[in-house]
Amino acid sequence: MSHQTLDMCGYNCPMPILKTKQALAKMNTKETIKVTCTDKGSKKDFVAFCNQLGHTLVSQKDEGNKFIFYIEKN
Amino acid sequence: MSETNEMTLIASKGTLDWAYPPLILASTGIAMGKEVSVFCTFYGLNLLLKDLSHLRISPQGNPDMPMKMPFGPKWFQGINFGPKIPNIMWNIPGLELFATSMMKKTMKNNGIATIEELREICIEMGVKFIACEMTIGMFGFAREDFIEGIEFAGAATYLDVAHTSNQDLFI
Repeated sequence: MSHQTLDMCGYNCPMPILKTKQALAKMNTKETIKVTCTDKGSKKDFVAFCNQLGHTLVSQKDEGNKFIFYIEKN
Repeated sequence: MSETNEMTLIASKGTLDWAYPPLILASTGIAMGKEVSVFCTFYGLNLLLKDLSHLRISPQGNPDMPMKMPFGPKWFQGINFGPKIPNIMWNIPGLELFATSMMKKTMKNNGIATIEELREICIEMGVKFIACEMTIGMFGFAREDFIEGIEFAGAATYLDVAHTSNQDLFI
């Protein structure tokens, strides 16, 4: 599956959310973006972000100290 | 989710550290689909000045501020100098600038955006900034001192905007 990617490793709150929002704005509905980041707060923040905006958090996983999110645009 | 989706903030503080909370919440709020207005009054006007380079932290009278060095070996970086430094030390000219540069370095090491970056994103995403006309006059600022695209108004305007808001914060 092809999807957009956004690497926010090393960036802290609120940059991963802000950059994800900006990336989503350029995408079409049903397209998916993969966001990788190291901000520990992002694990809960992305759930809240998707919940507020109606995007689907398709999956989230940890890889070492990295957190990976797949978000489908609403 | 509630019926309205507006957030209003009052930014009243103007040190480097206190410039963060309103800008972080405003940018995150707008990223989460809210309409966001920030009323900058008293020292919060600092957030809207063209030149942000003068923003400092103030360790004076702020004994809770943790102070860890952003360089050196791990054990050294772990020491919290905050409670160890007598407050009177911060009267020494230049120490406040030193503490500010240490704070900026710590922020950079932690991948925290600068105030300039956060403000730019806020404006790009459509946060409305309202500069308090009364305090501008009181502090002797000119409109030219402030960035473009902001509104100049008073308390009544803020209260009118905040009237329909369902999240209203004073910072």
